[in-house]
Amino acid sequence: MKLTLKVWRQEGPDTKGKMVTYPLDGVDGDMSFLEMMDILNENLINKGEVPVEFDHDCREGICGSCNMMINGEPHGPAKMITTCQLHMRKFNDGDTITIEPWRAKAFPVIKDLIVDRSAFDRIQQAGGYISVNTSGNTQDANSIPIEKEKADEAFYAATCIGCGACVAACKNASAMLFTSAKISQYALLPQGEIEATDRVQAMVRQMDEEGFGNCTNTGACMVECPKGIKLENIARMNREYLKAETIA
Amino acid sequence: MAVLESKVPVGPIAEKWTTHKNTINLVNPANKRNIDVIVVGTGLAGSSAAATLGELGYNVKTFCYNDSPRRAHSIAAQGGINAAKNYQGDGDSNYRLFYDTVKGGDYRSREANVYRLAEVSSNIIDQCVAQGVPFAREYGGLLDNRSFGGVLVSRTFYAAGQTGQQLLLGAYSALNRQINRGKVVPFNRHEMLDLVVVDGKARGIIARNLVTGEIERHGAHAVVIASGGYGNVFFLSTNAMGSNVMAAWRTHRRGAYFANPCFTQIHPTCIPVSGEHQSKLTLMSESLRNDGRIWVPKKKEDAEAVRAGKLKGVNIPEEDRDYYLERRYPAFGNLVPRDVASRAAKERCDEGYGVNKTGQAVYLDFSAAFLRYGKVEALTSGNKDASEEEMIKLGKEVIRKKYGNLFDMYQNIADDNPYEVPMKIFPAVHYTMGGLWVDYNLQTTVPGCFAAGEANFSDHGANRLGASALMQGLADGYFVLPYTIGDYLADEIRTGEISTDTREFEEAEKSTRERIEKLMSGSGTHSVDYYHKKLGLIMWNKCGMSRNAEDLQKAMDEIAELRADFWKNVRVPGSADTKNQELEKAGRVADFLELGELFAKDALTRNESCGGHFREEYQTPEGEALRDDENFAFVSAWEYNENPRDARLHKEQLEFENIEVKTRSYK
Ligand SMILES: Cc1cc2nc3c(=O)[nH]c(=O)nc-3n(C[C@H](O)[C@H](O)[C@H](O)COP(=O)(O)OP(=O)(O)OC[C@H]3O[C@@H](n4cnc5c(N)ncnc54)[C@H](O)[C@@H]3O)c2cc1C
Ligand code: SF4
Ligand code: FES
Repeated sequence: MKLTLKVWRQEGPDTKGKMVTYPLDGVDGDMSFLEMMDILNENLINKGEVPVEFDHDCREGICGSCNMMINGEPHGPAKMITTCQLHMRKFNDGDTITIEPWRAKAFPVIKDLIVDRSAFDRIQQAGGYISVNTSGNTQDANSIPIEKEKADEAFYAATCIGCGACVAACKNASAMLFTSAKISQYALLPQGEIEATDRVQAMVRQMDEEGFGNCTNTGACMVECPKGIKLENIARMNREYLKAETIA
Repeated sequence: MAVLESKVPVGPIAEKWTTHKNTINLVNPANKRNIDVIVVGTGLAGSSAAATLGELGYNVKTFCYNDSPRRAHSIAAQGGINAAKNYQGDGDSNYRLFYDTVKGGDYRSREANVYRLAEVSSNIIDQCVAQGVPFAREYGGLLDNRSFGGVLVSRTFYAAGQTGQQLLLGAYSALNRQINRGKVVPFNRHEMLDLVVVDGKARGIIARNLVTGEIERHGAHAVVIASGGYGNVFFLSTNAMGSNVMAAWRTHRRGAYFANPCFTQIHPTCIPVSGEHQSKLTLMSESLRNDGRIWVPKKKEDAEAVRAGKLKGVNIPEEDRDYYLERRYPAFGNLVPRDVASRAAKERCDEGYGVNKTGQAVYLDFSAAFLRYGKVEALTSGNKDASEEEMIKLGKEVIRKKYGNLFDMYQNIADDNPYEVPMKIFPAVHYTMGGLWVDYNLQTTVPGCFAAGEANFSDHGANRLGASALMQGLADGYFVLPYTIGDYLADEIRTGEISTDTREFEEAEKSTRERIEKLMSGSGTHSVDYYHKKLGLIMWNKCGMSRNAEDLQKAMDEIAELRADFWKNVRVPGSADTKNQELEKAGRVADFLELGELFAKDALTRNESCGGHFREEYQTPEGEALRDDENFAFVSAWEYNENPRDARLHKEQLEFENIEVKTRSYK
């Protein structure tokens, strides 16, 4: 396939970025989107130009590193998939593809397509954990049976890969889907219930401080989330938050 | 020269760890505040170690090249984690887990380490559940288990096909708790480029801030290397693209011995290579072998027709299918260990029975499982007269619940629907059993420098059974290192803060800068990937699934030549004082180009076949691996030399006092 790529180039956080057009030939349907980018970069290097920087690591849809806005959609046109799992067979010969970084105030651009998502880490550091020591003096794992449905639900919430597509998709750049997934996982498990009040307050406070917007129930986040994290989590977070505030 | 002293405690194997913990030195809680520890790597091993050390009271700094600890390569582990809980009542015990692991490793691991691993394995599950890791559960609310290759019990705990993710998120949450308490300071997007040794002791590292390009000095009383494995020396592997050998290799350059570099695990169930453009290989969890049957056509004509696209696997009748694992290994069948399954697949494909365009693939077929599960489903739901078609449909649903995400991933990558046609799989480089040599305390031959997880060599031997790497990473990090490091640090309480304004730090920083300048200065002609791919091909063709002396010798020569060419002709664009992924890759590939040669040399000196190391000259008439315990029951520990072919071999003799060393048979 022959493609025309329009790629966001930005040297650093403080410089102005711009779209640059690159024609690309020899793209095969079996390639992943990132492998297509590899070819672009190989061409640029061979021409003595500076390649496009983008985040990636596992290339199997689980680490959450890769992040690209492809034709205006986070992770591109296919649903329930990360950019590294998007294959070029989803595109046609002659297509023009626009490639941009996530855009959100809380995700400043580092270079080209790479943005700084450390705000997510800070939200979790604020309380996204269960306060047990790692000493090994815990009780037997089977001492508290957990209803399978509950455990599964906690698991589904826990599958969020922290990619940030939800923020990028949201017109308010809200991080609610991400934050609520974390809150849900712990709120659903007996081990995490005890701290639920403090946790939700601390995490929501941090989320707001990082400069993410609010949720206005558009649902774009869920549509673009590669892991199918559900809006119900946001509802659960709101309930937990309300509960916490009324208790306090 | 350092001495290879394994420091294995005396006494009965089941008591060694307890005795050791009771007798090694402790650091008083008040003194821990005055001690700094650096942890390089935040995968399972690094995150769990850093969290626990922080919780104990040490001041910890973590480093990782990813933008967040949560993205370490451990996140990708699919299948599960072993523990000798015996929840299933099928006869599991610490001893059995120990036995299976030593046998699985083809008797090339250290007995005492493996026993300790089995002993703390149950703790890991308790710990993770307490941290909120959502393991799979049965309807009664208790934890579920499944079984993996090479064992006869069901001891693997899992979270769908995303066990590594959930375990890492658990460790990451423990880490976050310590970050919130100020006990751990994270340095993400930072790469360790050198180890600083002062008066023979590890005293810190040189790191590069990958965003600003700044070269930083960090001092500490001890350094833990938990930087993962080096499977990416093959270029194509199941490892994350950024996985590298840099931290371990630079530590090796500073005096830490590198053990068993040639022991590489080739995983049997990966999605086959589709073309030249490929950047990495995707694993299909081994748990699939619980339900999938592996086969190739019995008749060569059929295989040829399949390759030519004239015949489809589903249309080959049952009697014309060769379920070669069930045929050759009736006791373990499709669940033989990975090295055995991988070699058997290669053997069939080499003989011309491969089933994709390149002839490098075999079938993994679920049709029998669809029917088997469907029958049970139909009966238990009261549908006694279900037709076969209905049963298959029900069975597919059961399989979807068990492995749905893996099936989706397969379909997405291979563009084939595995519910309708059998999957195609082929072996791929997956895990490296070699790594920094460590003693029982996980200390390398450089005092004060420790290694944990896949970065060390100690527990797996020549082969690794499924679900054992996650176990080892967390065992090292949560339950072993936090004790053993204290033994060393007890002597450090009077040392005071480590100054980074010393000659040693200056020298290390200077040599790091020079190396970067040298990489950047080339007006070269080839990209870093060009060299990496070339190296990968040499490794795969000559040091891959099977090896022989002639090829290995050639590989050493070719790698040396490639390395020389790299330093002359590599082209690294951009500048060193901003984010520069080409520069990052260049530094890593430069190290792979040294490791690769040592790898080949190690394989060349080991005149036997064992586990993942199969030397064609040493096999039984049936084509099984032929070990030589008399001459090779040792760990190869290599002392660094600038020229890898002149590296010096030290041997740690392995003693097996609790397990009778036998030929490994899965028949
Ligand atoms: C696809 C796949 C599936 C697997 N499935 C299973 C399974 O089911 N069961 C099982 O037991 N095992 C499995 N494994 C193996 C297992 O996941 C790994 O062996 C294990 O997670 C390694 O953990 P680790 O902590 O040692 O290293 P890693 O998780 O690789 O972490 C390495 C860390 O070091 C950092 N790092 C590396 N170099 C540097 C440097 N120079 N400077 C700073 N930081 C650095 C990285 O950023 C990262 O944080 C699987 C592996 C793969 C690839
Ligand atoms: S909720 Fe979905 S889109 Fe948002 S970070 Fe998690 S996985 Fe990504
Ligand atoms: S690179 Fe890991 S999710 Fe895409």
